[in-house]
Amino acid sequence: MELNRASSVIFAERGPGVAENETSASFWTYTAGLAFALLLTAASFIVAQTNLLWPAGVPAGLAVLAVAQMGVHLVFFLHIGTDSEGTNNVLALAFGVLIVALVVAGSLWIMDHLNVNMLTPAQMAEMQR
Amino acid sequence: MSAQEGVADLAVREVPRAASGAGPSPVRIVVGYGFWIYLLSDIILFSALFATYAVLRGQTAGGPSGHELFELRHAGIETLCLLCSSYACGLAVLAMERRRVSAFYLCCALTFLLGATFLSVELGEFAGLLARGAGPSRSAFLSAFFSLVGLHGVHVTVGLLWLIFLVAQTAYRGPLDYVRRRLLCFSLFWHALDIIWVALLTLVYLMGAR
Repeated sequence: MELNRASSVIFAERGPGVAENETSASFWTYTAGLAFALLLTAASFIVAQTNLLWPAGVPAGLAVLAVAQMGVHLVFFLHIGTDSEGTNNVLALAFGVLIVALVVAGSLWIMDHLNVNMLTPAQMAEMQR
Repeated sequence: MSAQEGVADLAVREVPRAASGAGPSPVRIVVGYGFWIYLLSDIILFSALFATYAVLRGQTAGGPSGHELFELRHAGIETLCLLCSSYACGLAVLAMERRRVSAFYLCCALTFLLGATFLSVELGEFAGLLARGAGPSRSAFLSAFFSLVGLHGVHVTVGLLWLIFLVAQTAYRGPLDYVRRRLLCFSLFWHALDIIWVALLTLVYLMGAR
């Protein structure tokens, strides 16, 4: 009895990849993840290759599908959940996402402005005269 | 009996106390969390290359663009291989936890074969590009393409070598605690590579081939 109480307290914390109850339902978790991922992949290919979506909206649609699929992988394969025991994992993930967003969006923003403000060779020659 | 063993095992472990004050976390949790931090840093490394590719993808220097080069059929096969490989890897972890030896080896073999198929398709694609004169030195776009996709390929290669090592260790040592923790880390690594591939497929292939 004492032992059971001790182990239930100790195992209250969860790590990535460790499912809540590893001996039950995990097979179906992975299988559901595979099914969702296949569905989303198929949707991405369809959106990219047909004119089902408004053409100008296709990149946004693909981005949404990709984010959804990453979410499926995180929840079903890596077992990163929103339950109270997994707070550490979610916090680390949130920080990672912040850095990735800063790097990617910042690079695109800065380089786009540089491109817009770049002088053409003809303008350079004009200024040097 | 197993609960007693578990507690005896915990008593000799030297791990920091959990912030919650509930006592030391099991090593499996601590190891998984540490490896998760590494994986996030790896994803940040990839994000730098993603940003480079996104900036340079129009800079073809008069050479071929993604629209002319990429074949979605190849990308589709690669995606399918990697996804099923990830699934098989998850099942291998489950088989290990339930001590089902033959299922474990079968799932590991599937993981390896699908991963190797992915690599061979990718290498075939690279060889095709090089044969068309579209190597990494052709344009800034292709340099960024080969660095980004190549780094992912290198990760997959390392993962396959790691898997061989893990299976050999399991066969030699049996399903000991530390072997199972290494398998857990490998599965996290393999799933994370799949996440990176989703971003890569979308940005490079699906958006690039249009």
